[in-house]
Amino acid sequence: MMKGSGTRFADILLIGGLLAASLLWLFVSRADGTEGGMAVVAVNGQETGRYPLDTEGEVALNGGTNILVIEDGKARVSDADCPDKLCVRQGEIYRTGQTVTCLPNRLTVTIEGKKGEADLYLP
Amino acid sequence: MKTRKLTTLALTLSAAMILSYIEGTLPPFMPLPMAKIGLANIAVLFALYRLGAWEAACVSLARVTMMFMMFGTGVSFIYSLAGAAVSFMGMALLKKSRLFSPAAVSVGGGVLHNCGQILAARFMLSTDAVVYYMPALMVSGVLSGAAVGAACSVILNRVGVK
Repeated sequence: MMKGSGTRFADILLIGGLLAASLLWLFVSRADGTEGGMAVVAVNGQETGRYPLDTEGEVALNGGTNILVIEDGKARVSDADCPDKLCVRQGEIYRTGQTVTCLPNRLTVTIEGKKGEADLYLP
Repeated sequence: MKTRKLTTLALTLSAAMILSYIEGTLPPFMPLPMAKIGLANIAVLFALYRLGAWEAACVSLARVTMMFMMFGTGVSFIYSLAGAAVSFMGMALLKKSRLFSPAAVSVGGGVLHNCGQILAARFMLSTDAVVYYMPALMVSGVLSGAAVGAACSVILNRVGVK
């Protein structure tokens, strides 16, 4: 292949630049989150419920396609009806802005700040 | 040589589809939606360097369409198409600039693939919450793009560029 030293330099610039930018963005976006107070569930962009993180319990979301569990101030999806279960593997979230997404069911769980009314208090 | 080109195109498309299929059988390598290695891009990148931009676009579009017709589920076509289209246009431009090696072009394509999919998810789920995944997916795009680019470079070094 025609690989002059110019190509190599441009390569390093592009790959290194992309890697550095994405890593920087990753660390900045993960570091600044304050502890959230509310897990907000949306299906198709429509908010379907807000669940405070200071309660404990589990709810069936979206007619039972996903199960949301809240315990120890953290939210996670414990089960889903999709084959890859990526939303379950994404684990616990508790900082503002953190999100768990289930693409097949078009569902997102996002952590928001402590403000806002709760729709439902878990038993 | 027309027949030769047609045969190479057909072979490249079958390779793309087989690679797609193999990738589908692998478990997700990261607990992130939309994070994939993008094995089929080995074939698309090969077509881009060996056959030309137009031909590579055909391979990419035909692969997405035929994979959807055979194994697609619901909205998967929109995500595949959005990723493939954005990634392909970016790779064609990067190649055209003549500044980069195939490996770097592939890294650009990997990152852009994930950008296209985030855009599609933003549109499909009508929520900005999915942008949360963008930085992590960019890292994943750089890594998988580099792996795919390295694999394709090996092939191009043996077969030769057009």
